[in-house]
Amino acid sequence: MFLDRMASSRQKIATLAVPFITDGSTILLHSKSGVVLNTLEEAARHNKRFQVYITQSLPDRSGEAMKKRLDEANIPCTLILDSAVGYIMEKVDFVLVGAEGVVESGGIINQIGTYTLAICAAQMNKPLYALVESFKFVRLYPLNQQDVPNDFKYSSSILDSQSELDEAHPQVDYTPPSFITLLFTDLGVLTPSAVSDELIKLYL
Amino acid sequence: MDHQHVTPQTQKTTKKKNKKKSPKGVQQQQQQCSDSQVVHDSECSEPQATQGQYVTSKEQPDHDIIRQVPEQQQPAAKGNKDQSQSAENTGQSNKNPTTPPADDPANKEALQQSRAQKKLRKQQRKAGGGQTEGTQQQQLGQQQQHNTQSHGHGKSDHHAKSQGNLVANIDTPVVQKSKVELKAERRAKQEAQRAAKSAEQGKGGKKGDVGMLAGSAAVPKRVPDQVRADEEKVQKKLARKLEKQQVPQRISAQKKVKLFMHLHQYEKTTSPTQGILINGSMHPAMLRLGLQYAEGFIQGSNARCIALLYALKQVFSDYSTPPHKELARELDAKIKPYITFLNQCRPLSVSMGNAIKYLKMLITNMPPELSDDEAKKKLNKAIDTYYLEKIQLAGTAISNFAIQKITDGDVILVYACSSLIQKVLCAAKDKNKRFQVIVVDSRPKLEGKEMLRRLVKHGITCSYVLINAISYIMPEVSKVILGAHALLANGYVMSRCGSSQITLMAKSYNVPVLVCCETYKFCERVQTDSFVSNELGDPDDLVRIDYNKAPLADWREKKYLSLLNLVYDVTPPDFVNVVITEVGMIPCTSVPVVLRVKNVEAN
Repeated sequence: MFLDRMASSRQKIATLAVPFITDGSTILLHSKSGVVLNTLEEAARHNKRFQVYITQSLPDRSGEAMKKRLDEANIPCTLILDSAVGYIMEKVDFVLVGAEGVVESGGIINQIGTYTLAICAAQMNKPLYALVESFKFVRLYPLNQQDVPNDFKYSSSILDSQSELDEAHPQVDYTPPSFITLLFTDLGVLTPSAVSDELIKLYL
Repeated sequence: MDHQHVTPQTQKTTKKKNKKKSPKGVQQQQQQCSDSQVVHDSECSEPQATQGQYVTSKEQPDHDIIRQVPEQQQPAAKGNKDQSQSAENTGQSNKNPTTPPADDPANKEALQQSRAQKKLRKQQRKAGGGQTEGTQQQQLGQQQQHNTQSHGHGKSDHHAKSQGNLVANIDTPVVQKSKVELKAERRAKQEAQRAAKSAEQGKGGKKGDVGMLAGSAAVPKRVPDQVRADEEKVQKKLARKLEKQQVPQRISAQKKVKLFMHLHQYEKTTSPTQGILINGSMHPAMLRLGLQYAEGFIQGSNARCIALLYALKQVFSDYSTPPHKELARELDAKIKPYITFLNQCRPLSVSMGNAIKYLKMLITNMPPELSDDEAKKKLNKAIDTYYLEKIQLAGTAISNFAIQKITDGDVILVYACSSLIQKVLCAAKDKNKRFQVIVVDSRPKLEGKEMLRRLVKHGITCSYVLINAISYIMPEVSKVILGAHALLANGYVMSRCGSSQITLMAKSYNVPVLVCCETYKFCERVQTDSFVSNELGDPDDLVRIDYNKAPLADWREKKYLSLLNLVYDVTPPDFVNVVITEVGMIPCTSVPVVLRVKNVEAN
């Protein structure tokens, strides 16, 4: 049943997000996300013409895997370096990311590099949209990057093996709500402040 | 039929009958038979009004039955002014007969309505004495039902102002509605008309004091009297209220800053209890409390609220209901002057306001069958629970949440003195967290010294700076934790003057700001700046810098110099990272959601 909900929520999100992808738009993506892929495929099915830039997303190179999937869906897509985000930002219309978790403040936890992307987008006045299912909401409230618990940031193997985590590279980062324009969830299209409202309604 | 002839001399408003006395013999009498038609109270009419027409019996037979068309009920008398210009008013007056009260219930209705009308008139008179004769008549006439329909004019309600005549509708069928519904409808109508009238007169946001009209969407929001100290009308109203409740009035400050003339400020030369009657109705616990507030012995929103609860406990235990009276009403009436007095001593804090609201609700909903003792016990228990749940346990819950945010090696900045923040830091220390505290302080209250004393006593490493030094120390700070006086419905944080400065500085240095606040301090008010509503402290506090230095000692003589001592300021939600309440950690923008959820729970 949970899996059914998972599948249906992806479809709901795609339905909500497709109107935002207009003909001729240029989208910047980061790392691999099933929800984003689903949405773009849905948009392609609606015969929308758009162009995609995808970052390489080191260290796991998930961007390259995403590019492969996009090629299969016949969506024109270009792979760029992570460091080229600032360079490419003026060309794109908006940024689309998935999320590994949404926190109580309305911010998101996603693959490392999302925060940089968000700062760049905010500076260049490009909207950042996050596509995320509602079961990814997390009861956390990080104040800054340090505040994100180590279990999120590092893989369990690193946590077990290394006592000093200074050497290790975190795999996720936290993007504060002020950088996110809208969140597309199966509960609807929410602003970051509405995320907390929904959570309060659920938990209070 | 009782009143076949309505003649001036015989009209007299009594409780039993629908006789009205009209100075010039205008009878404006509308009776209703079964439902409430607005009864016109000619007694209230202005002396000039009314060379009225009076109803003669010969007109009556046609209009025995008063038809009730509730939606066309009389608009507010005030709203009639514009209608007075309507030309259609003139024609109708002569046609409307008086309808005699069919039976006693009708009379009662009529009486109530006449009383209501009276009230309206009085207020009307107070508000705008410049009504013309014609208007008056029309207003009187408006009380009538839409009798116009009976004449087949199909005129709207507004045009039903015949000059003070009675109306009966033959054409419209009798609509039997309950008194309550009708009254409510009438009120709504009156409100709408009033709004229309004020809109016409360009009154804008201010309304007169019309107590009987329920608020409706059409009416502009009323500005509270607390922020209208510069209006003479408000001052007079306050003076009357104080006199009625036997509360001594304090002298207004002579030299106020122009921008803050709308806020109350009192001279500190006289004590707030000056002139109070020794055997008056003021309970000694309340007197003591008021003086403690005025002199500044009790400071801090939690402390003030707790002191108030304690004093109210004493008041309740000393209270006894007089025979044949209801506790719900008597106690409520007893507390009113106390609250007024406390307000005079020092403006009520939001925490106190919310506590009083809660207790008043309890009192008015007290079932009448409870004996005095039981009711007092219930109230006592309620106060204890309120203190326990909303203040003490909430503080513990907040500390638990806040401790999660304090890590080893933190440098925490706090401002002035907050009992809640002190609780949080002491609890964190007890959990063996390693952190340092920087206490920021500001004149004239220098409350930070008290905070410093308490923290050091608990064994926490502290530094102490004044607020002018925060740009120096902010790079060293890892997080800022502030207390709050209140959280407003738009997410703004109202706190001690200086906190907005601290949050601004923190934001520019990218330091996270945490605000700790119990939910009972959440308030429905909305404000975006510190001018609209604030508290003015004693300007003389600013004069003395040091024990011997007081360069501003003669500031009152200097014509162009005035001193301003603001107590609170508001911080926008964008500068606050998280608000820690007992229900959890929420972003500043979610305050109205919590308020909404709480209201739903309360109902």
